[in-house]
Amino acid sequence: MLQKKKKNILELWMKNQLADEGLREDLISNDELRSQSEELITALVGNLSGENFTDLESDEWSPVIEILGGIAITRARQGFSPRETGNFVFSLKEALLEVLQQEITDDPKTLFQESLKINRLMDNLSVVTFETFIKGREEVILRQTDEITEISTPVIRVWDGILALPIIGTLDSARTQIVMENLLQEIVETGSSIAILDISGVPAVDSLVAQHLIKTVSATRLMGAECIISGIRPEIAQTVVHLGIDLSNIITKATLASALAYSFKVMRLEVKKLNTVSKF
Amino acid sequence: MTLSLSKDTIQVLKEQDVVFLKNRVKETAVKIKMGLVNQTRLLTACSELVRNMMRYANGGACVIEVVSSGRNNGVRLTFSDKGPGIPDISAAMQDGFSTGKSLGLGLPGTKRLVNEFDLKSKVGEGTVITIIKWANG
Amino acid sequence: MDKIPILRMGAFLLVTIQVDLYDRLALNLEADLVQMVNKTSAKGVLIDISAVSIVDSFMGRIIGNIASMSKILDAETVVVGMQPAVAITLIELGLPLKGVHTALDMEKGMNLLKSMIDLTGVDADEDQSDDDFITE
Repeated sequence: MLQKKKKNILELWMKNQLADEGLREDLISNDELRSQSEELITALVGNLSGENFTDLESDEWSPVIEILGGIAITRARQGFSPRETGNFVFSLKEALLEVLQQEITDDPKTLFQESLKINRLMDNLSVVTFETFIKGREEVILRQTDEITEISTPVIRVWDGILALPIIGTLDSARTQIVMENLLQEIVETGSSIAILDISGVPAVDSLVAQHLIKTVSATRLMGAECIISGIRPEIAQTVVHLGIDLSNIITKATLASALAYSFKVMRLEVKKLNTVSKF
Repeated sequence: MTLSLSKDTIQVLKEQDVVFLKNRVKETAVKIKMGLVNQTRLLTACSELVRNMMRYANGGACVIEVVSSGRNNGVRLTFSDKGPGIPDISAAMQDGFSTGKSLGLGLPGTKRLVNEFDLKSKVGEGTVITIIKWANG
Repeated sequence: MDKIPILRMGAFLLVTIQVDLYDRLALNLEADLVQMVNKTSAKGVLIDISAVSIVDSFMGRIIGNIASMSKILDAETVVVGMQPAVAITLIELGLPLKGVHTALDMEKGMNLLKSMIDLTGVDADEDQSDDDFITE
């Protein structure tokens, strides 16, 4: 029965969708919306049979779920709100119910049963839609997280043989991994013997962060380079001592400048002001 | 939920088998695009566990699996032997504990290198150790 | 291959490990190296592990042993060229290789050895070279 009414349903659905005030014409064109809807209905009607009506696990449903999932994910990426994505499915339900009502006019009992079935089916489909929608959103978030960690750990070559790595933001274990890997890789590539880890931008140092720092310093030493920690603010020095964290094995300096001065001393370099008067 | 995607069992009875096992583990790790540092962690963990198996139980078997959980892929290794078993698991998991003449870093160190670590042992029957290392984690 | 070649260069012994060590090979190396230190009365041992992709607790112990044994025979040991991944893994394993000197590459390791050996003759307190870092 639904097969015959396919066209009818589509028209109604489109009408419902277009009537919705929340329609985002800025994000999707009418034609695109129509082709999406048509594709979904074709799959839905084509795979519909009496037995599998409520059983979403069955194989016949997988193409429908796939199409729906695809639509949900694209919408998540395009920036649709959950309400707008939900309305896409709910308006189909409305359309189906309306058609059903027109068809079965004489038998309220059948109408009720069929409506119930359609309700159940569409509810299941909307759950699927939301699941995939949220997954799509999560993917966007994960990608952004990756990008942030990537840009937040630059290794700077401040002098021949001296690397600096300013850390900004909280230092958690995932971040430490990336910092450590980047730093060690850079040490190998540049053959630097001193690395300065500047923590001016780290809001707080607790025992866990300290552990991460110690780990990085130890790994650097194993490679045969020295690691200096600079940018320790007075508050951080206070908390470190109050927490009883032992940093005595690590060379620590208050500022990046003093760390650099120390590195020059170790490398037996001297920075001097020239005595001769500049001609310019 | 963790799904197993492929499965491979390798018997480890002599020293050549150890090399073969490590190569297979490495291939598997490369196949799922595991980063170099994580590969090294996994292989080091594997090396520790297989040495324990050789030393205390005269060998055993290792199952290499590619597992998947959500969008994350990983390698699961299951080492099972029919050796003497571990009488005191909590002691064995402490740094510096060893019944043999080693540093006693094998088990606790291995646990620090992998994402999941499970040890089951019965005295007189054997030991089963399962570890999972995720490709990015 | 059952032996890792040990080269003599002046007062130093050079060992380049080109393969992943398995247990017996590592034990052989330990024995051979200590023999060589004694026979040649070398003052320094340089071990290049840049081609080694895995160092587990057993290998770590062997490296530590070599350093301690050489020390007793009055030779310093410097491990050079450790891969970043290996360094990270060793730290997580809980094995910071205490008492083993490390350097980034062969050249820096050689300089470090020279400075250490000079030191034992002259004054032992100050004037360390730029690469003189001891893992503690």
